[in-house]
Amino acid sequence: MRKVKFRFSRKAFAYPYMIFLLLFVVVPLVIVLINAFLGDDGKLTFDNFIEFFSDASGGLTVLGNSLIIGLVTTLICLVIGYPVAYFLAKYHASSKIFVLLFILPMWVNFLIRTLSTKAIFMALDIKLGMGTIMFGMVYNYLPYMILPLHTTLVSIDHSYIEAAEDLGADRFTVLWKTVLPLSLSGIVSGVTMTFIPAISTFAISEILSSSKIFLFGDSINMYFSKATNSLGVGSVMSFVMLIIVIIANVLMSLTEKKEEVKSAL
Amino acid sequence: MKNKIGRIFADGYLGLILALMYLPIFLIIVFSFSGSSRFSFADGFTFNSYKAIFTSGAQSANLLSALKYTLILAVSASVISTVLGTFATIGIYYLGRKVKKITLTVNQLPMINSEVVMAVSLMVFFAAFSFIFPQGMTRLIISHVAFCTPYVVLSILPRLQQMDPNMYEAALDLGSSPLAAIFKVVIPFLTPGIVSGFAMAFTLSLDDFIITQFNKGDTGIETLSTYIYEDARVKSLEPFWFAVFSIFFVVILTLLLLINIRKNKKEAAK
Repeated sequence: MRKVKFRFSRKAFAYPYMIFLLLFVVVPLVIVLINAFLGDDGKLTFDNFIEFFSDASGGLTVLGNSLIIGLVTTLICLVIGYPVAYFLAKYHASSKIFVLLFILPMWVNFLIRTLSTKAIFMALDIKLGMGTIMFGMVYNYLPYMILPLHTTLVSIDHSYIEAAEDLGADRFTVLWKTVLPLSLSGIVSGVTMTFIPAISTFAISEILSSSKIFLFGDSINMYFSKATNSLGVGSVMSFVMLIIVIIANVLMSLTEKKEEVKSAL
Repeated sequence: MKNKIGRIFADGYLGLILALMYLPIFLIIVFSFSGSSRFSFADGFTFNSYKAIFTSGAQSANLLSALKYTLILAVSASVISTVLGTFATIGIYYLGRKVKKITLTVNQLPMINSEVVMAVSLMVFFAAFSFIFPQGMTRLIISHVAFCTPYVVLSILPRLQQMDPNMYEAALDLGSSPLAAIFKVVIPFLTPGIVSGFAMAFTLSLDDFIITQFNKGDTGIETLSTYIYEDARVKSLEPFWFAVFSIFFVVILTLLLLINIRKNKKEAAK
């Protein structure tokens, strides 16, 4: 009898936070999702979706631009970041400070870093546009790619690599057929950690293109701002964003599950 | 021999990427002593940019006020989310399997969700219930607690899972009340997790821009990041900001480096 009572009282410590989560995380998201289906008159409608998907010059172009910039940013970060993580794991696994140097810039506010790069571009007379945005995005998100890649690469059991070498694989084959597949979960989480913020980023593209090129995040901001006050379309964009987030995370947990099964074997 | 070449190539590559990553930071710090924003030492070496931090009238006052609000917000948000998160973690640990899974999934939402979507959703929510949540610090503190607490929970939970459940039972057997056992046995054991959760929450709150920008309302509250955005976005970067950014770079980078070097030494000592 005594025990039952204690179990109850310890569980109860979670209740305030559960109420907090419900109120300030779940309910706000639900409100935004409902808003996506509400017209100006407060009635249920798909107008917002139609407005978003039919307006090729507005929301849809922004979505397309964001997806392309996000994909290219992620790809460049992966191509630059994978060798960094690989070399760090191979030659500098014991030197934590050296690894840390690649992650540190992440902790300096992104606005400060972005404005600094803009100042340098302007001093060098480089025209602000797509190129400078791409540079700023890669510069900003590279640490987010390196971190998960490095974590996975360091934890790879070295005997797999030795086994492949013993069986006659050359260095390239070892890398391609052993290291790369074993680091898949790191790649997926690195890609997610870069892609999600990259497509929804707010302010980077605005600063590095002098407000000429807008991405999804800037656009959501615009729709919700007082001047435009188009809550419905902004909510649709948030809805689309949320779906992309969910897909990315399902993919991430799928690759993790696969790894778990593999390591259990 | 082949290995040696590989190693040289690897270090060259790592050095190049590192140089590129730190080049903008380095340039801003160097030219913060030029007193101009043209990246040249035409006017010689001077501390004028640093003097400007204190002598720029409204700009100086705004910067000071932004610093004040940033610190108030970071301290209150991190203290609240640490307390909330600590008790939440203890509670979550003893929840039934299903409810536990749901709670931890919802707990992850603020971490995985796009920041803009979270910011917008809170903004719409606060606007809908504006009679309960007045504009200003209340909204900012709540929204910062909302995105900081998940990290607190996730930094304490592994520590709790390491704890021997018998420790709590032993305290009860020795006549301690359940509440005293939590405060005198469980929480002291969790302290390392609580401290790193607090540090995480504090840093995240300091660093935040997007959620603050959407929820600050029009009461005139600016944090450092929103003030930087308002002031430096449109104009070209003034010497004033060169100096402010340089201070940021140096303080943050050395602080984090020192903390990590100390941590590594401690681990090595063990």
